[in-house]
Amino acid sequence: MSTTANLTCILCPMSCNLELVLDGNRVVQVSGNSCKLGPAYAEKEFINPTRVLTTTVKIEGARVSRLPVKTDGEIPKSILFDCMRELSEVKMKAPVKNGEIILKNVAGTGVNVVATRSLT
Amino acid sequence: MAAAVAAKRSGVKRVLILERDHDLGGILPQCIHDGFGTFVMKERLTGPEYAERYKAMTAESGVECLLNTTVLEIGHDRSILAVNPSQGLLEIKAQAVILAMGCRERTRFQILIPGTRPAGVFTAGAVQRLVNIEGFLPGHRAVILGSGDIGLIMARRLKLEGVEVVGVFEIMPQPNGLTRNVVQCLQDFQIPLFLEHTITMIHGKKRVEGVTVSRVDRERKPIPGSQRFVACDTVVLSVGLIPENELSEKAGIVIDQSTGGPMVDEQMETSVPGIFGCGNVINVYDLVDYVAYTGETAGKGAARFITGQLPGRNPVQVTTGPGVRLVVPQQITPLRVTETVNLYQRVEEAGSNVRIVVKNGDEVIASRRERAVKPPEMVTVKIPPEKLKSISEGQVIQVEVETKGGPV
Repeated sequence: MSTTANLTCILCPMSCNLELVLDGNRVVQVSGNSCKLGPAYAEKEFINPTRVLTTTVKIEGARVSRLPVKTDGEIPKSILFDCMRELSEVKMKAPVKNGEIILKNVAGTGVNVVATRSLT
Repeated sequence: MAAAVAAKRSGVKRVLILERDHDLGGILPQCIHDGFGTFVMKERLTGPEYAERYKAMTAESGVECLLNTTVLEIGHDRSILAVNPSQGLLEIKAQAVILAMGCRERTRFQILIPGTRPAGVFTAGAVQRLVNIEGFLPGHRAVILGSGDIGLIMARRLKLEGVEVVGVFEIMPQPNGLTRNVVQCLQDFQIPLFLEHTITMIHGKKRVEGVTVSRVDRERKPIPGSQRFVACDTVVLSVGLIPENELSEKAGIVIDQSTGGPMVDEQMETSVPGIFGCGNVINVYDLVDYVAYTGETAGKGAARFITGQLPGRNPVQVTTGPGVRLVVPQQITPLRVTETVNLYQRVEEAGSNVRIVVKNGDEVIASRRERAVKPPEMVTVKIPPEKLKSISEGQVIQVEVETKGGPV
């Protein structure tokens, strides 16, 4: 039996309201999108939602006390807090360059965490 | 930085940025979330990354900078009085000035929340700075008032850092921030959003102990009997931004009441010749890319002004018609137009399947169809330069929202 679900597409500020027709765990049809990225987003968001995590880690020897970082790829939404826990253990020392790897393979995702600011 | 780089690239010999902070980038270094630059850079960057891209361009183009420098006064004659710890008082005579002071957050005292005055009431931007730069959490259990973008982003940020976020309370019937932030910051983290609710009292002696929240009616007045107590030790305010124009007002620049910033023309020139403005000091934009675009326009305009390539002003007014709350620029001098003019506007209310039309009398000179419009999300309409050629003095350009059945 088919059911429906609604999702707001967040790929751009258009924020299209996507309507999904589902068959069990499968997305059969998507409507409401205004560009071709919509259906792929809906399918991914329904089956395996992922996010880029942005947060900060401790840094010493810089003018400020936090270094902003991000995952350099998307990670499953369900493990954001596991990543936060791992990153709370990280302590960096200045200088750090924007793009430098801060933590490899965070929470076993295969995704690295990189610095998003150069601090000296 | 966008304005400085554009001015320099357009042939201005010396361009100087006066920056109050110890680093360039304004608020961007503390905006660690991503989503910046989807238009200009064609990728999703974090705030610090976006700032670094522009810092690199600034350095490369040969723009000079004075950091830790506060501007005290800007004269009608484009003279600048500034101060910094290493040089003391500085007097600078500029051929053109570009205002780029950004905006400020509204505070508790601008929205008049009754109650005691305990510690623990912050603006969202102050919380952002504490958490992302200084490394402190503001409290353990937070209530967020207002659903502006920074409030939504800080709701998620605090939740990720282990703070209990009780909810976001918004006085209006719809959220005030971008939809993607409502989805990514609240729905993703099961943070409740209470629409048509506001804080009617703050409680606590030394530290916030809680707030009284009430439902509001259509006139945004609290409904008697709807109040309830919510325990918290932190109140985060995300209740609007105001262009920062203390310097502009002292310089005698005309301020537009609808944007709260200087009235500008298509070159981003203010009412005072040779003083330009860009970004949030002119109007609070919702995307950093719009800020950068207006900077580019101002930089190019200032360069033309300095080199004597900018014809005198003979402006046509751009006015807001039905359904439009504000528009930037507010004036266009057709004779000075060499490139496409971007009109930025905010609609009065949400609508779907609308057409934003720009008219000169009955003639439509530009339009844009939108599946959906919302007040928090600006709409831009591009006017091709040839459409402006035939417009003469005394005529008016009007922007309006057309729904299928005609104007709103």
